[in-house]
Amino acid sequence: MRYALLVQGAPYSQQASHSALRFARAVVARGHTLSSVFFYHDGVYNAARLAAPPQDEPHLPDAWCELHAQHGTMLLVCIASALRRGLLDEREAARHGKSGHSLEPPFELTGLGQLIDLGQACDRLVTFSP
Amino acid sequence: MESQDAPRGDLLVILRHPPHGTSWLRDGLDAALVAAAFGQSVSLLFQGDGVLALHPGQGSGALGQKGTAATLEMLGMYDIEALFVDADALARLELAADALMLSAEPVDATRTAAMIAAHRLVLVF
Repeated sequence: MRYALLVQGAPYSQQASHSALRFARAVVARGHTLSSVFFYHDGVYNAARLAAPPQDEPHLPDAWCELHAQHGTMLLVCIASALRRGLLDEREAARHGKSGHSLEPPFELTGLGQLIDLGQACDRLVTFSP
Repeated sequence: MESQDAPRGDLLVILRHPPHGTSWLRDGLDAALVAAAFGQSVSLLFQGDGVLALHPGQGSGALGQKGTAATLEMLGMYDIEALFVDADALARLELAADALMLSAEPVDATRTAAMIAAHRLVLVF
């Protein structure tokens, strides 16, 4: 089956992204396809390039990148939610006159239309909310 | 299941949060508007405290939010006309279905279940 995930919880403050990551690993371990993870609402913080959690805690942004590297899962971040919360890629940072960027590939800023597309194109869209 | 006569569509957005205090309602409405702009048939169900979104006279919120009343008024322009409201929540909050800012059909739990089954995609906010 083709799966996509919608992640809406902030990493470390809530369980949602931690559960989503485990579910993502289980999906691919069972031989299904995980085409994309869409980050919306506070879930966009999963894409924070500068996240530096203590070494004895899971590094969620790195774990998502690993999923992308191993399984080609697209990591889509709602641009409207992200910009409000200070998550800008190089292009957006330059456009808004910011001195640094806080989001980088494989995370991609994209519109909500992508979420709607995923919902229709995948067999299952599973939501992880706080 | 009486899903044959249940309202159908491409997307059912269930709104469970009140208009102020968090951005959940706005985020859910944004998803509905985008889907409608993409040509999908969208239904909205206001459930639980989400029914408060339909209480008339909503202004901007305490968080410097723009408020959601203006967005709700635009739903018709996006052809989002299938509006449903949780009858139990209305009763609990002592709101009358005919005193809401938009006309929405009250639904009970059985009809809600049938609606969920009759939409290809359901998003809950």
